[in-house]
Amino acid sequence: MQLTVGPNMYFWDAAIWRDFYLRLADEAPVDTVVLGELVCSKRLPFYQHHFQEVIDRLRAAGKTVAMTSLALITLKRERKLTAELVDMGLEIEVNDLSTLPLIPEGQPFSVGPLVNVYNEGTLRWLAARGADRICLPPELPLSSIAILAAASPVPVEAWSWGRLPLAVSSRCYHARLNERSKDNCQFICNADPDGRAVDTLDGDSFLAINGIQTLSASCANAAHQLDGLRQAGVSALRLSPQFRGFTRLCQMFRDLIDGRIDADTLSANALPDAPGGRYADGFLTGHAGVDWSAEVKRAGLG
Amino acid sequence: MMELVCPAGTPAALRAAVDAGAHTIYCGFADETNARNFPGLNFNRAELAEGVAYARRRGAKVLVAINTFPRAGAEDIWHRAVADAEAAGAHAAILADLGLLAYAAEHHPNLRRHLSVQAAAANPDAINFYANTFGVRRVVLPRVLTVAEITAINREIDVETEVFVFGGLCVMAEGRCSLSSYITGKSPNMNGVCSPPSHVQYVESRGELSAKLGGYTIQRNGKDAPAPYPTLCKGCFSSQDKVGHVFEDPSSLDASDLIPALAEAGVTALKIEGRQRSRAYVAQVVRSFRAAVEAVDKGLPVPPGTLASLTEGQAATTGAYRKTWR
Amino acid sequence: MSDIHTEFPTVPLLLASPLRLVPLAPLSQALTILARRMVANHPGLISRLGPYVSSSFAVDPTDLPVTLLLHPHPTSMRITLHRDPPRADARIAGPLSALLGLVHGTWDGDALFFSRDLVIDGDTSAALALRNAIDDCEIDLGAEIAGLTGPFGRLLMPFIALAERRTGMPLRRAEARP
Repeated sequence: MQLTVGPNMYFWDAAIWRDFYLRLADEAPVDTVVLGELVCSKRLPFYQHHFQEVIDRLRAAGKTVAMTSLALITLKRERKLTAELVDMGLEIEVNDLSTLPLIPEGQPFSVGPLVNVYNEGTLRWLAARGADRICLPPELPLSSIAILAAASPVPVEAWSWGRLPLAVSSRCYHARLNERSKDNCQFICNADPDGRAVDTLDGDSFLAINGIQTLSASCANAAHQLDGLRQAGVSALRLSPQFRGFTRLCQMFRDLIDGRIDADTLSANALPDAPGGRYADGFLTGHAGVDWSAEVKRAGLG
Repeated sequence: MMELVCPAGTPAALRAAVDAGAHTIYCGFADETNARNFPGLNFNRAELAEGVAYARRRGAKVLVAINTFPRAGAEDIWHRAVADAEAAGAHAAILADLGLLAYAAEHHPNLRRHLSVQAAAANPDAINFYANTFGVRRVVLPRVLTVAEITAINREIDVETEVFVFGGLCVMAEGRCSLSSYITGKSPNMNGVCSPPSHVQYVESRGELSAKLGGYTIQRNGKDAPAPYPTLCKGCFSSQDKVGHVFEDPSSLDASDLIPALAEAGVTALKIEGRQRSRAYVAQVVRSFRAAVEAVDKGLPVPPGTLASLTEGQAATTGAYRKTWR
Repeated sequence: MSDIHTEFPTVPLLLASPLRLVPLAPLSQALTILARRMVANHPGLISRLGPYVSSSFAVDPTDLPVTLLLHPHPTSMRITLHRDPPRADARIAGPLSALLGLVHGTWDGDALFFSRDLVIDGDTSAALALRNAIDDCEIDLGAEIAGLTGPFGRLLMPFIALAERRTGMPLRRAEARP
């Protein structure tokens, strides 16, 4: 079982961004790292000058590097940017299907969790087109993951850690909450390095926003589902970057996979740094995505 | 004249829409293959064939929405839906899933294919991809674009575009949202439902009506205030010191005033949302929009709207069509 | 279709208050016969309910001192009248005229609900299934009632039209009215 680090979904200061990835290169026992900007094209100019250094360092550490496309490409500038990204020659992780026609036939690419791969037909079509790694949509249940992994000619990955990317919009919620227009957002999303919590009127934690993206309030944690994911034929767990303790988290997942720690230990030790401070793994085996199996188990047995 | 594409959740609504002047009706089968899989709604195979015949006799067309994403291990349900839509004489199938588009293009090449809004094809590259790869003839544009962007898209593509002008408004890119399954376990993509009524609960206390979804309070309204359906993204929430409709106000789309601009933008067809609404609603909205497209066709101004009472929260917005929405 | 902002006519007290006194059993029986006839004429009424055919529905005209309890069934559908609110899987409450308008396609259920003229409690799915099933069946209660009394029904129709004009209530299907 491999570990893949997904693209950082949040907007961090360039220096912090650089240090995060250099440390990841030097210390984190992960196999693949997906770089680049997923959420907002306006953020890129702030940190893209660090790309080459980070790519070189990750590669020197023996890690596979890919570049994500944007999650939602609408503007002409964004289409141009995507074409330039493809020209870089790195493996592209497609997270908006409009990236696909820009990738020459025969050039391998990977498919990210924001592309709708729900069934064998779609998966096989993408693999035939050149996909060499497919991260399945986070809302798929374990039963579907098993069917897809069995049908897949290429490695299949499952969302295993981090706030769940639930939706994208053309509207920027960070700007809206600060009564700013999207064009004059003044990069306010920078204030919330793990997203901004959205609660219900009863005070229940519910969702989180990150620019145009809507995330779960809870942090997805598939540690308790590791056996199920293994049996399903998943070949890599996807860990999504968070502001604090991420290198340590990668190590904990490696230890879990290798049997050095158990899921309860991982969950307890990782909780203080987990965005939202609570877990969910309900998409895999629960009734709803927000459910947390360890909690249900305790409530049911206790 | 711009083509008016109207919703039908039941055969009665289909007849009402045709009688009220719809050029085209869209509907779906009563199962998980369509994105309005609500209790008591939709068509069985015989009803679809009768509906197509009824529409044909009056010069109207029927489109069948097979626009959820086929479930792993159960693709045959969706494949059968495509075959049955063709057998019933549907003018086109409205599809969203890559695999299903590939299947339809290969096995039912003579059935016209429209790209569902659920595919969220939001730029010319995506649209040309679907057109070139799967022979898609029309694209329903996601509700995230401005009129200027729609104009620009139409300049770069060869296929027809269809845009929403009235009804429920998705705030998120359609087909790319799992908010509903996060809270209820049922999603538009997999189950054809968003914020499903099976998970809705209304609780009245101390003169306030709380609408809950999956146990979470989505709305709280004064006793006599309008009560929008607790659609997740239109709820009232708090974030730090702010309380309000974080994602979108509980309003619905009314772009009737923009019909001339949309015509100018090269849009072929105007779509009305609302397969879950009654035949009475359908008839009234269709009649009003038919008058509007006829007026625009003659170069006359759009007649003033009469549809406020039918909209959610009884408030309307032009949505993303104006850039300030973002 | 009428504008929702118009006030709904309520049942005049003179008509409503006798319901406090009269025995409900014969009325329940008459409604049950009417319901079974409607189900026979409109099988979609039952098939569209799907899994909710085994649900019970309380229909509560808020301007009448009684509530109807519906137990759908393909052949033995039952309606009973109750003075105390009966237990049911789903409850739909609102002025009688709004409920009749819903049945007759005069008004849209969602619009009635958004405006709070209709209130739904309990199993929202079941209530929606019932609403959608009724909407598809294009029921005309006036015609159904007239049909009940055989050939004399046609004689009753002008009286239903008169009652509609007097009370402002939609007693017939929207499409069937002039």
